[in-house]
Amino acid sequence: MSKISPSEITPEHIYLSRRELLKSMGILTGGAALLAACNGNPPPMTLEPGPQGDPAADPVDPSASSNVDELGDPLNTFDDITNYNNYYEFTTDKIDVARLAEGYPISPWEIQVGGLVHNPTTFSLDDLRKFEIEERIYRMRCVEAWSMVIPWMGFPLSKMLAQVEPKAEAKYVRFETIHDTKGMPGFTKYPFYQWPYVEGLRMDEAMHDLTLISTGLYGKELLPQNGAPARLVVPWKYGFKSIKSIVKIDLVTEMPILLWMNAAPNEYGFYANVNPEVDHPRWSQGTERRIGELGRRETLMFNGYADEVAHLYSGMDLSINF
Amino acid sequence: MKRRRFHPLQIITYIAVWIPLAILLWDLTHDNLGADIIREATLRTGKTALALLVLSLACTPVSTILNYKPLLKLRRPLGLYSFMYASIHFAIFIGVDYFFDLTLIKGALLEKRFAIVGLTTGLILLVLAITSTQGWKRRLKKRCVQLHKLAYVAGFLATVHFVWLVKQGVVEPWIWMGVVLILLLARIPPVKKFTLAVRSRSAP
Repeated sequence: MSKISPSEITPEHIYLSRRELLKSMGILTGGAALLAACNGNPPPMTLEPGPQGDPAADPVDPSASSNVDELGDPLNTFDDITNYNNYYEFTTDKIDVARLAEGYPISPWEIQVGGLVHNPTTFSLDDLRKFEIEERIYRMRCVEAWSMVIPWMGFPLSKMLAQVEPKAEAKYVRFETIHDTKGMPGFTKYPFYQWPYVEGLRMDEAMHDLTLISTGLYGKELLPQNGAPARLVVPWKYGFKSIKSIVKIDLVTEMPILLWMNAAPNEYGFYANVNPEVDHPRWSQGTERRIGELGRRETLMFNGYADEVAHLYSGMDLSINF
Repeated sequence: MKRRRFHPLQIITYIAVWIPLAILLWDLTHDNLGADIIREATLRTGKTALALLVLSLACTPVSTILNYKPLLKLRRPLGLYSFMYASIHFAIFIGVDYFFDLTLIKGALLEKRFAIVGLTTGLILLVLAITSTQGWKRRLKKRCVQLHKLAYVAGFLATVHFVWLVKQGVVEPWIWMGVVLILLLARIPPVKKFTLAVRSRSAP
């Protein structure tokens, strides 16, 4: 995988100068209203409502180092990736997420990394930008049996965890999405779910080199609908594991209870590894629809990353640990 | 032969039922179906089939409540066009989504309950469509009315098909199921009797 220097990827100087200009014009106003006050914890951050980088106006064109993934499958277009999203905090309608998420304020932003670590750290956007950014072209397989090929930009989660120095007793990593009841309509619209969105990985999964914290795609900073400013990408697991817009990462001893495990424990397990041999109780996982293609493809074991990750699950019954 | 007279409601119906298909084709040719065109087209045709079936089922109770007989003439066309959209829905599933791959279709269609329920719904609509002609009505006589009560079964199964398709917490299919159950309830004799009593009392 080719390495691209951060300056080539992110049009920060232009993006920020536009933001500064708008700020000086008084378009950006105080956003004390946007506090994640519901979880009883002190608000993890204050957010300013501000104009989002309009992809059309963004001076950098979407670009990737290759047109295909390592299997020769063509990348999905920037347009498809940014206009077809599962992000229930905004809406359950995949096509409508982009519109509802447009302009969602993602700066300033903080990710609190704590729990069983020696060095709890709060990462600001600037801190995130200090990581060396690389491009990773990954297949993304949704549990709903569709898939895309996406050129993510980001850094391995293991690098972030190394900075906080996990304690020996840490067995799992628990992730949490922003719980912004004012800016995201989904919380009031879908009270069925036990918000906030929570995801988790086993420690070895979290430390695996494929596991990415993504801050961009196609050489551009992430848009809100894709989980800006930073989201997880775990390519051998179903898409819902790749939690978006992270505000909190905790290292814990117990396997965390995840939003989807709460919603339907018989359908969504902790591991959620892509597995064509273990069907969803209601539909087959043997095939998938690659967005942009007619017909179906056979789904690959661990989404085609078996060589890299199968050893993590040796000796486990994957139909029980689904 | 007597020339058939169309009620204005029939004319409106015969035109309106084509609108969802026209919108679908427009959106298809104008790249307006989102990234997953197949899913969107499948969902839209399925939902239109369900909506027309529900409208068809609503004709009788609404006509009872309003005492407005012409509505009964819409049951057949609404049901037939529901079958048309269900057929398109099925054709997209087989021909475009699964690209006629019979092994895959066998796995997807015959092993998954949501698909089996969808297929059953479609078969009921097929039988009802075939037996909706004057000739069959003559041949089946009374049994025709009984047979066509299967439309309620089809309506209910269609909503089950929808419920089993979505993730937990998605409300829309449950609303459809509630509407079908209310319509079914309205046909139960005591409820119908009650409706008629209320109507005659409120009539001038």
